[in-house]
Amino acid sequence: MKPTVAVIGGGVVGSLIARELTKYELKVVLIEAREDIATGASGANSAIVHGGFDPVPGTLKAKLNVEGAAMMPALTEELGVSYKNNGSLVLAFSEKEMEHVGKLYARGLENGVPGLSVLNAEELHRLEPNLSPKAVGALRCTSAGIVCPYSLAIAAAGNAVDNGAELWLASPVTAIEKDGESFVLTCGEKTLQADYVVNCAGIRSDEVSRLIGDDSFSIKPRAGEYLLLDKSEGDTVSHTIFQTPNEMGKGILVTPTVHGNLLTGPTALNIGEKGNTATTREGLAFVRETAAKSVPNLNYRAVITSFTGVRSVPDQEDFIIRFSEKDPRFLQVAGIESPGLSSAPAIAPYAVGLLAEAGLALTENKAFNGKRKSYHWFSSLSMEEKNAVIRENPAFGRVVCRCETVTEGEIVEAIHRAPRATTLDGLKHRLRSGMGRCQGGFCTPLLVEILARELDRSPMDVEKGAEGSKLLIGKTKGESV
Amino acid sequence: MKKDLVIIGGGPAGLAAAVAAYDSGIRDILILERDTSLGGILQQCIHNGFGLHRFGEELTGPEYAARYEQQVQERGIESLCGTMVLSVSPDKTVTAMNKQMGIFTLEATAVVLAMGCRERPRGALNIPGTRPAGIFTAGTAQRFVNMEGYMPGKEVVILGSGDIGLIMARRMTLEGAKVKAVCELMPYSGGLNRNIVQCLRDFDIPLYLSHTVSRIHGKERVTGVSIAKVDERLQVIPETETYIPCDTLLLSCGLLPENELTKSAGIPLDGITGGATVNQNRETALEGVFACGNVLHVHDLVDFVSEEAALAGNAAAAYIKGNAPAKEIALAVKPAGKVRYTVPQRIDSAKEEVTLFFRVGSVADNALLTVKCGDKVLLTKKKRRMTPGEMESVRLSPALLSEANGDLTVCVE
Amino acid sequence: MKTTELTCIVCPMGCTLTVTRNEEGEILSVEGNTCPRGVPYAKNELLHPVRTLTTTVKTANGKLLPVKTDKPIPKESLFAAMEKVNRVVAPEGVKIGDVLLADLFGANLVATADLR
Repeated sequence: MKPTVAVIGGGVVGSLIARELTKYELKVVLIEAREDIATGASGANSAIVHGGFDPVPGTLKAKLNVEGAAMMPALTEELGVSYKNNGSLVLAFSEKEMEHVGKLYARGLENGVPGLSVLNAEELHRLEPNLSPKAVGALRCTSAGIVCPYSLAIAAAGNAVDNGAELWLASPVTAIEKDGESFVLTCGEKTLQADYVVNCAGIRSDEVSRLIGDDSFSIKPRAGEYLLLDKSEGDTVSHTIFQTPNEMGKGILVTPTVHGNLLTGPTALNIGEKGNTATTREGLAFVRETAAKSVPNLNYRAVITSFTGVRSVPDQEDFIIRFSEKDPRFLQVAGIESPGLSSAPAIAPYAVGLLAEAGLALTENKAFNGKRKSYHWFSSLSMEEKNAVIRENPAFGRVVCRCETVTEGEIVEAIHRAPRATTLDGLKHRLRSGMGRCQGGFCTPLLVEILARELDRSPMDVEKGAEGSKLLIGKTKGESV
Repeated sequence: MKKDLVIIGGGPAGLAAAVAAYDSGIRDILILERDTSLGGILQQCIHNGFGLHRFGEELTGPEYAARYEQQVQERGIESLCGTMVLSVSPDKTVTAMNKQMGIFTLEATAVVLAMGCRERPRGALNIPGTRPAGIFTAGTAQRFVNMEGYMPGKEVVILGSGDIGLIMARRMTLEGAKVKAVCELMPYSGGLNRNIVQCLRDFDIPLYLSHTVSRIHGKERVTGVSIAKVDERLQVIPETETYIPCDTLLLSCGLLPENELTKSAGIPLDGITGGATVNQNRETALEGVFACGNVLHVHDLVDFVSEEAALAGNAAAAYIKGNAPAKEIALAVKPAGKVRYTVPQRIDSAKEEVTLFFRVGSVADNALLTVKCGDKVLLTKKKRRMTPGEMESVRLSPALLSEANGDLTVCVE
Repeated sequence: MKTTELTCIVCPMGCTLTVTRNEEGEILSVEGNTCPRGVPYAKNELLHPVRTLTTTVKTANGKLLPVKTDKPIPKESLFAAMEKVNRVVAPEGVKIGDVLLADLFGANLVATADLR
């Protein structure tokens, strides 16, 4: 019988580890508490692939960031996920900050980051004409990039399923017992017997760890608020623009996204409640003011949405990637804060390597196919090819989301393809439906209708995202209000 | 495929433009509509108040749409529903897609842009708080209630006193919901007085002027909102914050013309209206491309949309037939004082009377309107009150226009 | 003498009407109206206000059909009228203008669109 590995947590890290495990003859079960992949930190962050000049040399963060960033282009290509090697700039506004830029440059060299250079004011403003004239220089990193984080997680989980992994959604792990060598996990209404457990539960990874009596680390939630601007503003800057960290904090970044929008944020506020993704008036005002330091003419009239991401901040400096002292088959992959997304491609093989060292037998899965068709395959076709698809399936000729040009055919496919989109947010994260400038104003009723039809449920049972987020509460005509 | 006239949008503007163009002698017309039937947003506007100017009687939205649909049918004007226009190129090639035909292109001699507008979403309003289910624009809620038959909620707060919001306050109330408050950021309502009376006062729904929703509460579904008074700079006064439990927040905070296609054709837009800049015939800066209705500037009344669309349709017909009036003058029309914008923004013929439409940016009591050319006052007009919520107009006669030897300024003080 | 201010709702103009009444409640004058319809509106509004009801009804094919009362009904009857309207199911083939319910507080309930 194949050994069973349970991966707890369907964020970008858990999904990539699950996928990595399907390269071998194993039974892999990816367990996610929520209704979809990437609903936590992987669903709301800066979407940056850092070069790797920030982490302290010698740390796991430094090693995995540099490796992960190097792996990202090929991985995203394989998984059909948007990635762009746009490069990053760390701006300096004073000679003192230029000194810090010099330090980052040296650190980057030590970490092995490719494509680093220090720019003077003239070089900087030639490269990015919309930056504040007060910027006196910058650290340029041509190996940095941008990626769609939830698309990466969804594609990784989907590809794991394509290669034989099981995906258990809406299955929070509430108990872990031992049965001899193996683990028995209670996941919602199901139980799973597993030989190895990988804890990638993100913000809840300390709670999962405590289920086996390991309280060696704790995770604190830190909120980061962002503003997303319309595609009309997407070319305000071409690089990801950081500010030099100072005593006031790490600064606010301004970056294009892979979808062509402009993103600015995040704040950094320690919050009590792990699930608190509320934005605040003060936070959003801080983002606006601080971002304007880098790019003075940001057009805030073009803001289309604001959101909060919650980062998993551990009580120690480095990523926690090691076996639990309580159990040599329980692998902790926790505290994956920034540069977690950048590191994720490298974390997966690193974690699987640790499992092998701990005795997991890795026999190559010859049938493994790491390639996955992008959700946006239709839009990349030529007109003739599109027409051939529409003749075969007319639903591809009906545009449902007009801002992002998403067709009914693509929506139906996303509902039925693993991991299945069963909510409005699920569709949004796969197809960008409702994510454009009207924010779902026109397409929401149509999406509800299609979801209800394809999932064979009443429109009143269609949810925005999490359980309890139904959109409609009854029928008109006094029927059920 | 070649077409004399392609009309993008089968709502009130597109239909009226088609009828006018037909009646001016054009036969080769195609209306492209993205929804499954003609009529546009009127189909979900089941309330009355339409058609007094145009038809001399009060009609509901579907009735008003039916009148124009009938005229389109009687004339045998061709239309394609369920058809999304993907792009318009500067050479007037229209690329569109539907289920039956796939992607196809139309080489048009003239194009009328009549895509209408969309509602300002929550993000653009920057309301802090959570992002639960239960936040809808008023128009989305209107579609759910009036077309699909579903209730988006039963305890409702409405932000913005635009007409759709007011209409939905009454509509939700009649269908059994409790509308707890309507908050308006400005010190005056954005909707018609008539709707304040028959949609709010009739049902004892409070309207809080100079108030906004300062925070949204609830994790999965809205559980309440905080509302607060705002100061003169429209900033929240924190100590005035109060909490209202509710399961739904409707937004009625303004409409934005949908000009993505206009931009794709390289047509310049007016920064204030969000629509193309046009001449008195609603011709954009790209010859042979016309714009009318809410895609050009947001109207209060559909009757004026139809009127404007007829102007555009007639002008498109003249352009196709090659007898468009010569552009013998070039007057820019500029807003001044309290006037925020004018439509048209330029006048290039003094042969016929031109009606200038405009809005003020803030309430003007005992308003004095002046139309000037340089220092020369061409026209003055008094009005007791002008508000941003109501579109104003002024007629410029050929005689007046021939007096103008330079740009015109339209000023309200 | 007593004066009351009203917003006329006959048309979208929304004129502000000033109604002057004597001690017995008889209307002496109506001012501020732009058109003649303002006067009967003001009188009605003070004595027995009426409103046109617009809503939807269920139909034989499961879709909704928009409807209205063909003339205004007493304002206080709106909710009672809704209850009756909510029980109406429009049969197939209904055309715009067809009466779906007669004598609804003195008005007829008519379809405002064809049932398609």
